[in-house]
Amino acid sequence: MAAYRSAAGFQRVLHAVKTFDKILIANRGEIACRVIKTCKKMGIKTVAVHSDVDSSAVHVKMADEAVCVGPAPTNKSYLNMDAIMNAIKQTGAQAVHPGYGFLSENKEFAKRLAAEGVSFIGPDTHAIQAMGDKIESKLIAKAAKVNTIPGYDGVVKDAEEAVKIAGEIGYPVMIKASAGGGGKGMRIAWNDEETREGFRFSSQEAASSFGDDRLLIEKFIDNPRHIEIQVLADKHGNALWLNERECSIQRRNQKVVEEAPSTFLDPDTRRAMGEQAVSLAKAVKYSSAGTVEFLVDSKKNFYFLEMNTRLQVEHPITECITGLDLVQQMIRIAMGYKLQHKQSDIPINGWAIESRVYAEDPYKSFGLPSIGRLSQYQEPLDLHNVRVDSGIEEGSDISIYYDPMISKLVTYGKTREEALKKMEEALDNYVIRGVTHNIPLLREIIVHPRFVSGDISTKFLPEVYPDGFKGHMLTAGERRELLATAAALYVAAQLRSQKFLGDLRVSVVPAESRQWELCVELDKGLHMLGVSRSGNNYTVEIDGEKVEVSGEWNLASALLPLTINGKHRTLQCLLRTAAGEITLQYLGTSFKLRVLSKLAASLSKHMPEKVPEDTSSILRSPMPGSVVAVSVKPGDNVAEGQEICVIEAMKMQNSMTAAKAAKVKSVHCKAGDTVGEGDLLVELE
Amino acid sequence: MATYTLMRSSLGLLHGLKCSFKSVGQIPYGAAAGAVTQVKGLQNARGYSVNHPSVQERIEKKRQAALTGGGQLRIAAQHKRGKLTARERLELLLDPDSFVEYDMFVEHRCSDFGMEADHNKYPGDSVVTGQGRINGRLVYVFSQDFTVFGGSLSGAHAQKICKIMDQAMMVGAPVIGLNDSGGARIQEGVESLAGYADIFLRNVMSSGVVPQISLIMGPCAGGAVYSPALTDFTFMVKDTSYLFITGPDVVKSVTNEDVSQEELGGAKTHTTVSGVAHRAFENDVDALLNLRDFFNFLPLSNKDPAPVTECHDPRDRLVPGLDTVVPFESTKAYDMLDIVHGIVDEREFFEIMPNYAKNIVVGFARMNGRTVGIVGNQPKVASGCLDINSSVKGARFVRFCDAFNIPIITFVDVPGFLPGTAQEYGGIIRHGAKLLYAFAEATVPKITVITRKAYGGAYDVMSSKHLRGDVNYAWPSAEVAVMGAKGAVQIIFRGKENQAEAEAEYVEKFANPFPAAVRGFVDDIIQPSTTRKRICRDLEVLASKKQTNPWKKHANIPL
Repeated sequence: MAAYRSAAGFQRVLHAVKTFDKILIANRGEIACRVIKTCKKMGIKTVAVHSDVDSSAVHVKMADEAVCVGPAPTNKSYLNMDAIMNAIKQTGAQAVHPGYGFLSENKEFAKRLAAEGVSFIGPDTHAIQAMGDKIESKLIAKAAKVNTIPGYDGVVKDAEEAVKIAGEIGYPVMIKASAGGGGKGMRIAWNDEETREGFRFSSQEAASSFGDDRLLIEKFIDNPRHIEIQVLADKHGNALWLNERECSIQRRNQKVVEEAPSTFLDPDTRRAMGEQAVSLAKAVKYSSAGTVEFLVDSKKNFYFLEMNTRLQVEHPITECITGLDLVQQMIRIAMGYKLQHKQSDIPINGWAIESRVYAEDPYKSFGLPSIGRLSQYQEPLDLHNVRVDSGIEEGSDISIYYDPMISKLVTYGKTREEALKKMEEALDNYVIRGVTHNIPLLREIIVHPRFVSGDISTKFLPEVYPDGFKGHMLTAGERRELLATAAALYVAAQLRSQKFLGDLRVSVVPAESRQWELCVELDKGLHMLGVSRSGNNYTVEIDGEKVEVSGEWNLASALLPLTINGKHRTLQCLLRTAAGEITLQYLGTSFKLRVLSKLAASLSKHMPEKVPEDTSSILRSPMPGSVVAVSVKPGDNVAEGQEICVIEAMKMQNSMTAAKAAKVKSVHCKAGDTVGEGDLLVELE
Repeated sequence: MATYTLMRSSLGLLHGLKCSFKSVGQIPYGAAAGAVTQVKGLQNARGYSVNHPSVQERIEKKRQAALTGGGQLRIAAQHKRGKLTARERLELLLDPDSFVEYDMFVEHRCSDFGMEADHNKYPGDSVVTGQGRINGRLVYVFSQDFTVFGGSLSGAHAQKICKIMDQAMMVGAPVIGLNDSGGARIQEGVESLAGYADIFLRNVMSSGVVPQISLIMGPCAGGAVYSPALTDFTFMVKDTSYLFITGPDVVKSVTNEDVSQEELGGAKTHTTVSGVAHRAFENDVDALLNLRDFFNFLPLSNKDPAPVTECHDPRDRLVPGLDTVVPFESTKAYDMLDIVHGIVDEREFFEIMPNYAKNIVVGFARMNGRTVGIVGNQPKVASGCLDINSSVKGARFVRFCDAFNIPIITFVDVPGFLPGTAQEYGGIIRHGAKLLYAFAEATVPKITVITRKAYGGAYDVMSSKHLRGDVNYAWPSAEVAVMGAKGAVQIIFRGKENQAEAEAEYVEKFANPFPAAVRGFVDDIIQPSTTRKRICRDLEVLASKKQTNPWKKHANIPL
């Protein structure tokens, strides 16, 4: 941690300068907590706002004061400007930090704050407006001599006009919400049909997410990288670029893994991009922290994508390599101070990686939201050079109302290799129970040879996993390690279950058997194992190969730190039942095993097979959410792949389609219903 | 013996069941007899009476015959049904090489209907009995052998079971019965009925002396069902076990109902609808392995303390998640299991009747290694109210714990008893009284945690201070009151204009733990995250608790 702290400047003695007395944070979750942390270091009092379901959330507990601004739905609470304005008045906050999302790029909000004489910790309304509108921002960028993508600079009226324009630009095209960001309201189309469909979805999503259904179309750059430049500008016309962040690893246009710096940029390209970013910032008289996003093609041509006039989710990696506290800088700038640094003061110290840990199922489209209560939660904070930005704790609920992000896990190292190694360790030591999470995917990405060599693009995931993510594929050696661990764990548990304390009636346990013959099942494969034990060390023989496993075998601990054949590994035991089922998280992926004595295994062959439910004729909700539309009724004939209904979860619309051509037997949902994961939606005949 | 005879004659009460004994016994036996004759015809190599072999040889032959039960064909048929044989089951249930078999040479004594023939005699008859160890601890077992006359109960069969039950009671060790029997041995007539009654009597005499567990692994019908019903726990195997008084055929002829075996008396029916069985498992192997696990929670007898196993979970572990588990709005549900899992050792909770009367949660867990019984209202189901089924479920569990020195931890979030004609007509008054009775008479350590609502009579019932709760805690979210604010205000302030104001006043006064705390009805108001730590400490203190109820022949629980 020490290296990170000194690098990020968190431990730096802050100058006793006049700042705000009290700041209200108009956000929730990790970013609210992040802002409060810096405020505390600067000696600024903080006010949290929260919805009723968030009343015991971490950000509320951390803040000095908290005001409830409405019920759970965001448009009634975190987007409720009236309530937030009241909270400001009520608490006497002098400034507002908007975080990201919610009201962070809402010019109306910034205006209202200005009218009340409250500082907005972010850029001026003018810059928000100019950059918030994709069409206008592109025109300004062009004028500021920033490279831009060829496309249509206007609002598209309807689907047919979209098709016409797409034809003129040439496929593929990107249809996106004019007011959008964060991948919402964005669709790629490769032909006329997809353009029409994309237009429909994007405008619906744009309307529901931003209350603005205007769309625009531009050339879609195939196989690009997404690299962004962090800028920092003050109210005196000074601006700096704080290097880049490589954010190419995305799914559905949302970032998953980010790093700083990028392996791809050479100093010249970096400088060129930085300088263009700064010139754009200056062109809109930008102040505060902001991010200029670029698409970079394989020839290192870069094109302006958009400017985010707020603190980015992935800002911590920039903090790690530059040593700046961006929130502190934003607060200083909002107070009217000049920038403390010159461009030459901005270093690239080491390497930082960020993994976005989400409550989602990575086996479905690289991540469909999941919800639940964090029954156990433990961040890997006892590791050095690890930073976790989170706004939840053990017992917190991940609800359908808000973003399913659990935390941002950041690791830092002198080199990229060091940072990546640390990330492996951090992911293995991260305990999350009660919700499905994407650690399996994150753990795979950071060790994938293409990622490790830096050969990535925004299409990394679909290219590397064309048939969807399937979890870690075990090598023969890894398989043996896993089997051996399960067997050793089983024996350790068996031995413990024979230990009764102070019970004189238990017969002297027959001189602790030191040899076991076990049968371990993994992926329908059966393995006969011989296990012998000496103290805490187990020797497991599998197909003539020996695996040595030793550890403390604390059966109550969520983590299993082990030494397997001399290598240190941390596994997690997710499940251990009386019937021998053991689920282990190994190399990020959870594997279901079953360990049985030789006898139980041989008798198991007589057990009847249970017939699983036929899933092709039933459609279940893949995630919790609400039903936006149902396109069929009982008796309808549907074709394979035909849309049956649309489920919206966390503001993403997902079209549910028929798995086969059939007649609709019954419909179990209607538009407006709230459904849980696995709920029956429609039955086919 | 007086009681013994009395019991036998009282079997007249079961008169009405006779037809069912027959009908059930007949179906499998008819099939079995055919197959058995065939097997013997094929083997025909037995002939130990022909060459006058030595005693040693005869012993060996009999032992071999006992080990094969009904023969390979019947064993294959048993396997084909997805069931293990009686001996395979015991091998899996008990520690390796720990089984000591009794009565391997016992044979049935029937001489009617050709039963005296050599090929109709099986050493050991249709049940395997003995004692063994589960994780080193003594247990008496019987395992009915479906391959011999369909596991039907003969006089000899009953006698073997009685023998081990008598000894189990004398030495103080639990009895586990693995049931797989077509019913009475019809050829033996009243001898078989007498055998059932002998077992019933012993079930009753052992009740509260040693734990008795029944695992139903095949059919169990007619009068036979009353033995499992008298034991402390009845577990079933899904898809292959049935429990009913009368089978589908008789049901059809008497009530004209069409019903399958599974619907009438399968594992699902009894674990969700009737409440006859306490839990169901996927298959034989799964059930037996789970039974081993379950056995570790139980003391060997009422003279033994609850077992303490090695525990890796720190006794003073804080559980931060509990501070946020009770929702802000008092009308919103949460899962009581989140609390239970958070507090107990290693999140391990063996739930009893998880799918029946889900508005109350009961089961076994450990605190710092020591077995405890957990009772909790489940706000997620029917707001956690007490109704007929949940009261009976809770009462039986509490009485088991009390009988076997298992401390009881009660988590209270109860809005009251469920109102309505269905409940009143069903007798919620006398059924609710059972839970009240059970908590009141219990003398084991009783620790109570009020997590939220504790309203009305239900507050009294749920192991309150007034029923001799040893340690009673309230969380800050607790509301101990006669009823919720809305109802109370309508009575206290009837006709008052400003109901909302009155409600607010009531909430301020009563919807918190203070009224109970100032009177000493709760001992402390505690931070939820410290609950585990406190309970572990309290249990240590209460381990030496001594409390006795006045002498009585037996109490009279409102049945």
